[in-house]
Amino acid sequence: MGRYVLRRLLQLIPVFVGTTFLIYWLVWAVPGDPFAGKCGERRCPDAYIDKMTELYSLDQPLPVQYFKYMSNLLQGDFGTTFGGQDVGALIAAAYPNTAKLAVVALLVEALIGLTAGVLSGLRRNGFLDNLVLVSTLFLLALPTFVTGFLLQWFLGVKLGVIRPTVSAEANFSELIVPGFVLGSISLAYVARLARTSIAENRRSDYVRTAIAKGLPMRRVVGIHLLRNSLIPVVTYLGTDLGALMGGAIVTEGIFQINGIGRTAYRAIVTKEGGTVVSVVVILVLVYLFMNLLIDLLYAALDPRIRYE
Amino acid sequence: MIRLSNLSVSEPGYTAGAGASRPLLEVENLFVEFHTREGVAKVINGVTYDVRAGETLAVLGESGSGKSVTAQTIMGILDMPPGRVAGGSIRFHGRDMLAMSAEERRKIRGEGIAMVFQDALSALNPTFTVGFQIAEQYRIRRGLSRGEAKRRAIEILDQVKIPNAKQRVTEYPHQFSGGMRQRVMIAMSLALDPEVLIADEPTTALDVTVQAQIMDLLAELQRDRQMGMILITHDLGVVADVADRIAVMYAGRIVEQANVHELYANPGHPYTIGLINSIPRIDEKGQELRTIKGLPPNLMRIPSGCPFHPRCPRAEQVCTQQLPPLLQVGPTRASACHFAEEMVSRG
Repeated sequence: MGRYVLRRLLQLIPVFVGTTFLIYWLVWAVPGDPFAGKCGERRCPDAYIDKMTELYSLDQPLPVQYFKYMSNLLQGDFGTTFGGQDVGALIAAAYPNTAKLAVVALLVEALIGLTAGVLSGLRRNGFLDNLVLVSTLFLLALPTFVTGFLLQWFLGVKLGVIRPTVSAEANFSELIVPGFVLGSISLAYVARLARTSIAENRRSDYVRTAIAKGLPMRRVVGIHLLRNSLIPVVTYLGTDLGALMGGAIVTEGIFQINGIGRTAYRAIVTKEGGTVVSVVVILVLVYLFMNLLIDLLYAALDPRIRYE
Repeated sequence: MIRLSNLSVSEPGYTAGAGASRPLLEVENLFVEFHTREGVAKVINGVTYDVRAGETLAVLGESGSGKSVTAQTIMGILDMPPGRVAGGSIRFHGRDMLAMSAEERRKIRGEGIAMVFQDALSALNPTFTVGFQIAEQYRIRRGLSRGEAKRRAIEILDQVKIPNAKQRVTEYPHQFSGGMRQRVMIAMSLALDPEVLIADEPTTALDVTVQAQIMDLLAELQRDRQMGMILITHDLGVVADVADRIAVMYAGRIVEQANVHELYANPGHPYTIGLINSIPRIDEKGQELRTIKGLPPNLMRIPSGCPFHPRCPRAEQVCTQQLPPLLQVGPTRASACHFAEEMVSRG
């Protein structure tokens, strides 16, 4: 197990270098003058352009630029924006909000999705099963921005039970509705995945054995059936958390949350190459570690899987 | 005898020791059907058998003859729907289980009647240790502490002769060999000291060499604990050493019931003759194996009269029209053939 983790961690190095170089190259390869519009209506003064060109090594070949950027990064220096803001501080301000939103969305998916899936899987073709099938189909069909604007208007403006936008502190209570919006599509997947998995395992031999042992039904379902049925669902939730941690441009935009998705979006629009690369580097790292974590979780759930 | 208070058996005059005089478990005129999209399959058509304490009844038949479905109906683990009990009764200590509440039936499972399944790999939960799966019965049903339950689990694993039970109790089912896994399955079924054990083809999934060991173990445990045992099998060879009585099933019916020796020496039904003849014999090596011609009937369209008549070498006109009832043809035997008397007396 230890050797497996070590090997996986070593594998992260080439993946990390490869992805970041690709991103670095793509970001700076986008045509257009990075200084266009940076200084209002006027053209930027030559002194500013010269200083920035030197700071970003823009006159050097791409591999040199990348190398310089990475060596700064490994020392914890994310660089500055063209406006002189520290990119590290920018990310540090935005990332906790994204993480909080992701956790809320994941909880919504897990709690509502699993409950609905398990209940409908146990009683296939019952009223509840049909209700779950129809409502999840509804959620799947609605794009996030529709769900987001609808709930914002209905709950925030019409009924006034929530504030339409999230404050700068982004408390957990404010993030419940945005979290639901962000998690709604995955919620539907989780419910359907759990439903299929429960219905499939419900007829398995070991569930039959558990019944034959004279165990109470709630233990048969809650312990024997659930543990096995959860394996695919947990894997899905893990992968989804990796995606959620990457920020949510649409949801963060609708509810005015200062998260990593909005930061990245603004940086792309304003051609802040340094910020884009830094954000993406962080996201790649998070994603790689999440994947490793899921693989380990998988082994913890299913003892038949062993990593050597 | 403590277990009886849990079952709340309140029949007057009943004592556990009197099991020999009255069968522990009586299946009477049981009918089970499966409702499918193609129609109704009549899987069990009036099965009657019983088992007493300390006795082994072998239920013999081809696949699809209804022997496993009968067992599942007794255990209450038949999938319903599509299955449906269409008639009859299953009495345990004289009380009809089919009329009991779900909770009453649950308490009989494991403690009154337990079951050993055919394929231990799929019948054991892959995500829990074998110790957990055995110990949970002591914890949930007997209210023992974790530590005590684990100690008892090791004890029962020892009794089914699993070496190093103390270490192996923390292992998962996939870490055991096929034979050892079936021993775990047997240990699990015996954990609550059941009065009746149903073994559904307990050796079919095993190597031939291991089969004999498992059969011996089952026979020994049955003798020591004076359990009633229902041994379901399609293998006549397995039956001979272990069983006291044999019930032969065909198309959801018992076609012959007899003591083991009577049945082998002088079978009273053409189907039983066919089964015995199809056992490969060492002195006929090199010759073609004898089989019963034809296929088991489609349970949605069971032939009229005797369901065996299309495959029967001695079928006559009467067989296509009248269903022969299971009739007593000797002090300890019964047969459902129009010519049963003739066949038995000739032997």
